[in-house]
Amino acid sequence: MYLRGKVSAKDWGDMYLQENHDIFVEKWGDFMKKNSQKIVKWILIGISVLFFLLMLVLPLLEVIVRALADGLQSYQAALTAENTLSALKVTLIATVIAVAVNTVFGLVASWLVTKFDFRGKNVLSALIDIPFSISPVIAGLAYIMTFGRSGWAKPVIDGINEALGTDIALVFSVPAVVLATIFVTFPFISREIIPVLYTQGREEEEAAAMMGASGFTIFRKITFPHIRWGLLYGMILCAARAFGEFGAVYAVSKARGKTFTLPLEIDALYMAGSADSITQAFAVSSLLVGMALIMLILKNIVEYRGKRNDR
Amino acid sequence: MKRAQIKKRKSIIPGFGLSMGITVAMLSLLILIPLASVLAYSFRLSGAEFAELMMRPNVVQAFVTSIGCALAAAVLNCIFGTILAWVLVRYEFPGKRLMDGMIELPFALPTAVAGITLTKMYSDTGAIGRAFEKLGIEIAYTRTGIIIAMVFIGIPFVVRAIQPVLEKLPATYEEAAGMLGASRLTIFWKVIFPEIRPALLTGFGLALARGIGEYGSVIYISGNSEKNGTQVVSYVIMQKLNSGNVDYEGAAAIALVLLILSFVMLFAINFIQHIASRRTNV
Repeated sequence: MYLRGKVSAKDWGDMYLQENHDIFVEKWGDFMKKNSQKIVKWILIGISVLFFLLMLVLPLLEVIVRALADGLQSYQAALTAENTLSALKVTLIATVIAVAVNTVFGLVASWLVTKFDFRGKNVLSALIDIPFSISPVIAGLAYIMTFGRSGWAKPVIDGINEALGTDIALVFSVPAVVLATIFVTFPFISREIIPVLYTQGREEEEAAAMMGASGFTIFRKITFPHIRWGLLYGMILCAARAFGEFGAVYAVSKARGKTFTLPLEIDALYMAGSADSITQAFAVSSLLVGMALIMLILKNIVEYRGKRNDR
Repeated sequence: MKRAQIKKRKSIIPGFGLSMGITVAMLSLLILIPLASVLAYSFRLSGAEFAELMMRPNVVQAFVTSIGCALAAAVLNCIFGTILAWVLVRYEFPGKRLMDGMIELPFALPTAVAGITLTKMYSDTGAIGRAFEKLGIEIAYTRTGIIIAMVFIGIPFVVRAIQPVLEKLPATYEEAAGMLGASRLTIFWKVIFPEIRPALLTGFGLALARGIGEYGSVIYISGNSEKNGTQVVSYVIMQKLNSGNVDYEGAAAIALVLLILSFVMLFAINFIQHIASRRTNV
């Protein structure tokens, strides 16, 4: 044969220059065939890494760079501004309540769907997942139309307020922000637990029930250990979505410094348009980026521990 | 026989009534009743008014933009998502763990943050936008920008849908096909693709649904210009809640159409999946 063993770049060049085109083509074909697996592998990895860097890593760096554009002092000032602190408080309230409510719902609903057979079960499961597939803007809209000035439930709320002497408003208020947040994160926890309980089956619970254990004991001693990691995982996803929600909350929150959440505060700063306020918007964003990264790390830890526990 | 078994099961595990009560009550109060209000509100418009609103150029254009961009982004996500999932499952390379852990960043990153960041990156003063501007391509404040934002928020849906399927698919299938002389492309289309198709469809559907309804990450990079056709449906709805002349009925009507659209799409995808799974099972 023309060449044996490893073919160097120079050899390729020589072959080509010597106009040994046939041999070149043949050799090149051999080379591609022998190494095609490797070539494809590195092309695919290259595409993935490029996508990963451009779409996921670069935006994070961009936030940090822009947040620090005016120096540390103004960064600190942006984070400790009164509006930011108030927004942080509302965000945390909404997140904690949304996670708590959806945890209760997730546990009860997944127990119902996986441990019992009843008519309309599929419909019920589909209804639970509704918030996944609809625009968050519609969630905000739905609450305005129920509890707003001309909403049909307004008289009901007014009646309750009159009777109890309270002053609860379910639109354009912190409770409204909480409700909208609950709406968009509603299925997050049940969706994580239901598949786990399906694979676990019912036999253990049935045996426990036959031996006379109460419902709560069965749940605590038998069901809960199975879903521990799934529940935690769902709570993390729920929290991450809750503190970042924008569209739904935007519709029902109008008072900056009172009912604004961090994403809304970022929007207000960004839309103000001046170079200073845009830098402040990115400073506040960096706070949310930090929270998002913490959630991602927690999620990965839980995923890892959960997998190990399964074995 | 089966019926009797089911009945017996019902009575053994306690808590059916209680869990049913709580589930239905919470679902109704928090989700279904508010959504029903949207329905009720949109019926306040007469049929003619409803039709007139839906035929308005800006409303039609918003639907075209939202659906078109979401479709394009979902297709792109299927391509990149499949490559990413494949690379993460089958290959070893430095930084793989980090990449795997970061795929869900778009879920965790607040959409408003993603929105303003992507806008700044792809505008003509940003790192990437500047390079494209030299080539004469504008990204921010065009439909291309909307698609990029939707690709960003949709990518985890596709990757996470396909990854578990690929993990379970043994490499011996491909090896066998390869030994029988199939080319790499044939192996992909005949061996791998049929296996991941249902998962790909799920990911496609989720990414599409998310894209059509998306608000936070899109509204900054889109520029929301009626002239350039960069208003999305969510923006048009929000505008009717915000501007000086609030139009709840109009907002509810557009929202209703968007809702129906999402449901039809989800239904269609479930249906295709159902048929596909039946075909492979036979």
